[in-house]
Amino acid sequence: MKILIVDDFSTMRRIVKNLLRDLGFTNTQEADDGTTALPMLQNGDFDFLVTDWNMPGMTGLDLLKKVRADDRLKSLPVLMVTAEAKRDQIVAAAQAGVNGYVVKPFTAAVLKEKIDKIFERVEG
Amino acid sequence: MAGINLDTDNSAVGTEIKNLAESMLRQLELGDLSKAVALVNNLNEVRDRTLYNEIGRLTRALHEAIKNMRVDTVGAASDIDHATDKLAYVLEMTDKSANRTMDLVDAGMPLATDIHDRASALSVEWQRFLNKELKPDEFRNLTKDINQFLLDSASQSQRLQGQLSDIVLAQDFQDLTGQVIHKVAALVTDVEGRLVQLVAMAGNVDSITGIVHADMESAEEPTEGANIAAEGPQINKSSEDVVASQDDVDDLLSSLGF
Repeated sequence: MKILIVDDFSTMRRIVKNLLRDLGFTNTQEADDGTTALPMLQNGDFDFLVTDWNMPGMTGLDLLKKVRADDRLKSLPVLMVTAEAKRDQIVAAAQAGVNGYVVKPFTAAVLKEKIDKIFERVEG
Repeated sequence: MAGINLDTDNSAVGTEIKNLAESMLRQLELGDLSKAVALVNNLNEVRDRTLYNEIGRLTRALHEAIKNMRVDTVGAASDIDHATDKLAYVLEMTDKSANRTMDLVDAGMPLATDIHDRASALSVEWQRFLNKELKPDEFRNLTKDINQFLLDSASQSQRLQGQLSDIVLAQDFQDLTGQVIHKVAALVTDVEGRLVQLVAMAGNVDSITGIVHADMESAEEPTEGANIAAEGPQINKSSEDVVASQDDVDDLLSSLGF
């Protein structure tokens, strides 16, 4: 399972990376915004994308839209881990085709629950 | 902040105008048109005089406000510039602290895992010993293992202690960044106060000259839907359009069929 973690703050990337490692996902790579993430996704065989929303360059929502518009990437599971907490925003992310939405600050248990749920759906 | 008196002594002017108007009315009732017209001129004079006085006073007040605002509040090497530097410092400190904490956890985690794994394994062997299932050479190995484990766990837990207290120390940024944030917040409040004064002054000029700003009447229409932008953390979690917790997010998504 190869996972791409996208967040503009290196500490948050590290936290997510450590949590994923504790959950048994050790094959992770990082990008600091959508602009760097998109070519990585297009050229690498990632199985899962964890992305922040608010980032310079390309935001997580725009990255999600680009992923869904790309024939090769459109079925990639995407989990949004973000501080954006307005109802309108969550609805917009859902409409753009997000698979899970976690608001910061979050716990390891919540992250695990959402990831499990996403893979349950993808595999089921 | 030097006080700027914006209160106009309107009552004196008002009384003067009222008196003039009343006597003008009397002259009109008496049929003395020329005296009434002369009083209209007097009224004009009062208005002009008030206006000039006000303009003079406002000009002084404006100078005072600009002086208070200080040119060094904005631009390079200004208060705002310093505040930006200070916030960059806060960012740097919190970043350093977060990484230091995670480094220490990364270093400590294998020690704790090792103690746990070996204790669990020894516990299984020890149970076999209690059940008298161990052969003599197995027992000899067990005592050796237990001895080594006791030595290792003493030194490993000591290192863990050190790492834990270093983690506590890595939180010292809160004090330093807290002080900086307080200073920046005070600057923002100060600048806001001065801006409010300038706005009040502009309002005074408008009321004296009778200027009405048509464009200010129409409140800005919020642009809906088309472009949902990132806003960062919501400070006021009690707001209607903001989710209060992950549970709210889950409820909202499940209502959308997730």
